[in-house]
Amino acid sequence: MDNNQKKVQILEFEKPIYLMKDKIEELKKTSLATNINYDDEIKKLEEQTSMYRNELYEKLEPYQKLQIARHPQRPNFSDYVHYMCDEFIELHGDRHGYDDKAIVGGLAQIEGRNVMLIGTMKGKSTKENLECNFGMPQPQGYRKALRLFEHANRFDLPIITLVDTMGAYPGMKAEEAGQGEAIAVNLKEMAKLCVPTIAVITGEGCSGGALGLAVSNKVMILEHAYYTVISPEGCASILWKDASMARVATDALKITGQDLLKYGIVDEIVKEPVGGAHYDVELMANILKSALIKSLKELDKLSPEELRNQRYEKFRKMGVFLQ
Amino acid sequence: MTLTDWFNKRKIQQIAARDNDIQIDDSVSKLWTLCYNCSSQLPKKDLENNNMVCPNCDYHFRIGAWQRIKLIADEGTFEQMFDNIKPTDPLGFVDTQSYKIRQEQAKEKSGLDEAVIVGACNINGQKTAIAVMDFEYMGGSMGSVVGEKITRILEYALQNRLPSVVFTASGGARMQESALSLMQMAKTSCIVAKLNEAKLLYITVLCEPTFGGVTASFGTIGDIIIAEKGARIGFAGRRVIEQTIRQKLPADFQTAEYLLKFGQIDFIVGRKEMKEKLSKLIMLHSKTKIKK
Repeated sequence: MDNNQKKVQILEFEKPIYLMKDKIEELKKTSLATNINYDDEIKKLEEQTSMYRNELYEKLEPYQKLQIARHPQRPNFSDYVHYMCDEFIELHGDRHGYDDKAIVGGLAQIEGRNVMLIGTMKGKSTKENLECNFGMPQPQGYRKALRLFEHANRFDLPIITLVDTMGAYPGMKAEEAGQGEAIAVNLKEMAKLCVPTIAVITGEGCSGGALGLAVSNKVMILEHAYYTVISPEGCASILWKDASMARVATDALKITGQDLLKYGIVDEIVKEPVGGAHYDVELMANILKSALIKSLKELDKLSPEELRNQRYEKFRKMGVFLQ
Repeated sequence: MTLTDWFNKRKIQQIAARDNDIQIDDSVSKLWTLCYNCSSQLPKKDLENNNMVCPNCDYHFRIGAWQRIKLIADEGTFEQMFDNIKPTDPLGFVDTQSYKIRQEQAKEKSGLDEAVIVGACNINGQKTAIAVMDFEYMGGSMGSVVGEKITRILEYALQNRLPSVVFTASGGARMQESALSLMQMAKTSCIVAKLNEAKLLYITVLCEPTFGGVTASFGTIGDIIIAEKGARIGFAGRRVIEQTIRQKLPADFQTAEYLLKFGQIDFIVGRKEMKEKLSKLIMLHSKTKIKK
């Protein structure tokens, strides 16, 4: 764990923890050098650090969560496949001339359950990110996902989608190929599916690009992930006409799982390891795996018609207005 | 100064004002307006009589929801519905201005309670459920109310087995309602799924401008997708795309003509022909029996 932590990139607000840890290390060294026993002090400091750390991550501000959700080492689709799946066979292509690498999907087995697992793909290095376009799908990516949804529907396989995207790619070719239409069709067709569908916002859930994979019976969000209609930066530059107001916009947009649960937009928050998913990817994957299996068991009780009705009624109720 | 000089001088002033996004509000502007496209001076009365289409260059000015309803519905047949649904401020959203105040300003500016009017009317005698968006109310943005009213009118179409037509004009989802706005995309698309399964005709008419969350939901899942002449339609905004790909986009990018070229819409219709075209489309989808 300690070894692991050393490699982790530290965020600004996490620095006090590391200062305290450095102090403890220093004390240990002094203790060795001078042969004076500081064990009690060290123990006390360690306890304090651990308490401070737990508290810090319990009460993160939305803007701090945003940074964790965007952490370059945050587990990606491949990590979840690696730690959650007993089997995974990737299926490629939209069958109309393109294979978008920003959306990956395939046949998977999770604790003996056969499922269709689909998700947006972010890289961990520049090279990987260039390949998968920083996790920003093209219309063809959404169409590949749709093909896999229909495949799963035909073979009665539950569908699990893992969403972590800054949004659908805003490019010239993407517009020409119908970015809006590709997302819209997914929203509509996901409503028709007869199999259990579960979406998990694992990091960034930005705009229609995220929703295009998330019209599901159950929508879960990781503890520090976020889900919003527009990125805080985009919102700040439009409404405040000043991108540096992103922090204020982050608060105003109510993007955290804790807020979204209140408005019924997500159904469940999945706990992350203390410090965020990237501190212990394997643990994160295991927590998510249990949550998914539990949800699948709940949805197993519903007939295809009930699944469709439950999904429809859930989204039908969304929105707040006077009448 | 001759009258020609006066017009020329005024034209220069107006173009300058337009480029700087200023509105000249004097007594002359109430009577004369400048065509955005050909910059010719148009008497407002003439323009209004021509359905807000420039008689010189056929440029289609944006029109409000009520004006559009007048152009589409058979006289006296439009019945507004669900206008009891009114906006609120679920998130207590404040940017440089509070959402509540923005709502009041929008109401004053547009004379509407929200960015869409829904109801039923006859189109050349065929009863149809319609929804008409209005850009004047907060840029036609979709929040909970727009999503709900669109959903309700499409549910009405489903219950009464009516064809439906939606006219869009929207900058996208309304940021002030954040994820609640985003979910309106899902909600409206889900009811269209039901119309599909009930085999009921759902036509969308994309008007100037249609972007973001409306393009990526009920706007582009019409059984028939029409663009009104001159409309700009897209998912991402032009500026965002230019910043992302770091290159200049073609001048006609995201125009109705551009979308037609790339197979994204069925056809383009001018405002004057819209009613005829819609009524024919509806007629051609009704079941016919072969005469003996």
